[in-house]
Amino acid sequence: MVEAPIKHCSALNSWCDMLLDRLEPPSGPMAALQSISRNQLEALPAPDRSQEDWRFCDLSPVAEIEPQQICSLSKPTAPVIANQVTRVVIGTDQDPLAGVALPDGLTLLNEAELQQALGPNSNLAIAKDQWPLELNQAIAPRVIGLRVSGSVEKTLELVCDASTNRGVIAARLLLILEEQAKLELLQVQLSAGANLTSVVVGVHLHKKAQLRHGLLALGHPEAALLTHLAIAQEPTSEVSHISVCQGWGVMRHEPQLNQLDGGAHTELRALQLVHSNQLADTHSRVRFNGPEGALDQLHKAVAAGNGRSVFNGVVQVPREAQRTNAAQLSRSLLLSDRARIDTKPELEIVADDVKCAHGATVSQLQQDALFYLQSRGIAPPQAAQLLLRAFCDEVICMLPSAAQAWQPLARFLDGA
Amino acid sequence: MTCPDAPVLIEICDLHARVDDQPILNGVNLSIRAGEIHALMGRNGSGKSTLSKVLAGHPAYTVTKGSVSYCGQDLLTLQPDQRSRLGVFLGFQYPVEIPGVSNLEFLRVSTNARRIEQGKEELDTFAFEDFVRARLNLVQMDPVFLDRSVNEGFSGGEKKRNEILQMALLEPLVAILDETDSGLDIDALRIVSAGVNQLTNAENAILLITHYQRLLDLIKPDYVHVMAAGRIVRSGDKALALELERNGYEWVDRELDTLEMT
Repeated sequence: MVEAPIKHCSALNSWCDMLLDRLEPPSGPMAALQSISRNQLEALPAPDRSQEDWRFCDLSPVAEIEPQQICSLSKPTAPVIANQVTRVVIGTDQDPLAGVALPDGLTLLNEAELQQALGPNSNLAIAKDQWPLELNQAIAPRVIGLRVSGSVEKTLELVCDASTNRGVIAARLLLILEEQAKLELLQVQLSAGANLTSVVVGVHLHKKAQLRHGLLALGHPEAALLTHLAIAQEPTSEVSHISVCQGWGVMRHEPQLNQLDGGAHTELRALQLVHSNQLADTHSRVRFNGPEGALDQLHKAVAAGNGRSVFNGVVQVPREAQRTNAAQLSRSLLLSDRARIDTKPELEIVADDVKCAHGATVSQLQQDALFYLQSRGIAPPQAAQLLLRAFCDEVICMLPSAAQAWQPLARFLDGA
Repeated sequence: MTCPDAPVLIEICDLHARVDDQPILNGVNLSIRAGEIHALMGRNGSGKSTLSKVLAGHPAYTVTKGSVSYCGQDLLTLQPDQRSRLGVFLGFQYPVEIPGVSNLEFLRVSTNARRIEQGKEELDTFAFEDFVRARLNLVQMDPVFLDRSVNEGFSGGEKKRNEILQMALLEPLVAILDETDSGLDIDALRIVSAGVNQLTNAENAILLITHYQRLLDLIKPDYVHVMAAGRIVRSGDKALALELERNGYEWVDRELDTLEMT
């Protein structure tokens, strides 16, 4: 018998209780699920560093954020929408899809489909007893549910800017990609003040479906970001997920991918930068539930000042996942004596006919390269900036092209 | 082209240097005037490359004694980037690969750093492209190498051409070319040498570090120096290089013994 976790007195638990007290009663299409999650949170302890999964991730700064829901965000300052982009703004008091002409191939899930997708037997239901997920479901006023059929020519851009608002905002997106569907999705998360943004994205890809998902998350030292990505892949589907995160006081990103019967292709690219006292933690998990699946994962981190960067990459290859081909590489730059990098590949391999490579490097900027640049008249700060830019651009340039309008490289390096 | 009245560009006096605790240079003396080409030869490990790196300001080397005057300034107090901006150029024996840094952008930033120091106008992206393309011909370099990362995936010959291209862009007063001929095939050696010859004039000077006479057939030195045990043990004209080619370095050991006895 598994004992129920005990909810001790902690600043974050008290904060969560206060938040729950202040929420409006459950309402709307999510009311039932909101109630369930709120009840769960009554008993579920908030993450603390005694839990293995949160050993290096201290969420206590979240308790400094006003324990109240942000009901409505103002419209974000965003670049002009390009022809090939359909923008959806999340968190305003309007229905995010009101007035948005969805491109060919994208349709809204109806109420019944949505409830089925969120139901307990669905791949898209949240995993139980995970505090960040329960928190999201307890608060999120709605779920944006979309079905993707065929190849969508336009990039879907989701923008959520918590700006200087004080409190908590939650958003949730469900995507179902039908057989041979193809979608490019750019998710932009911004903040400029003391707030917590919680985002949960659930995706199911049918056979031969393709998803390219970019997450561009540019925050603020007082802001926190909790993102969870749950992707279920049928064989022959392809996912490319690129995350670029910088500037958050606390950031936890959890990409979790499940190759339902193996035979799919998963590409993960991540870049996170911390400085001052910031913390960025990426906990990825890729599970192969069948043979001949492939994973290509690169996680990059830059830690400066007193920043702390954490990467934990789980790859699960059970007996049935023969002929899996997985490669995971973690590359980190440590730019200060006081910064800290914790990186941990976690390969759980039972199948005996597999290729699973992993590697991790932590280094400073290459002295040879710095001297070469200096010997050509480039001053040390500019030389270091050129090398840092090159390190970061390897991931940033892989974001969907629509991201360019947000000037991701310049904004990312602004925080370096 | 020597002229006894030409200004001294660089004057090295009794230079001693070490890396970690290992002394490498043990009293180098060398004076180079504008318009001159000097060749520096010597066995492996004699200190030739160390001298080039010390002159460029490599942080791994510590100067323990002696001085280097460059156009009247104390070169050793200057940072590597300052030395470059003032006109000291080191052509690397093993140019460094820098993934992710565009070669074109790198060349533009370094060229502008030097131009600002020279009081010239900075070149914007478009003006620089014209400027660099004109100089590509000098080393017959394919423009596709501009779009690649610095030296990444370049062959040995392409890296050396890229070095001479940088020399052409930076217009140094003193260019130290460390084994520029190594790794070059016969045609590439001719092309690179022709490029260097076109860049020499009465205002600048070149210090060529090489093992082989074949380079000196193409770039004719005014002076040849032989280095051993961290110092210059003999200087002469190009006949000295021919003598080395014929007789090797055995006589150097005798010369060193004599020096030690005195």
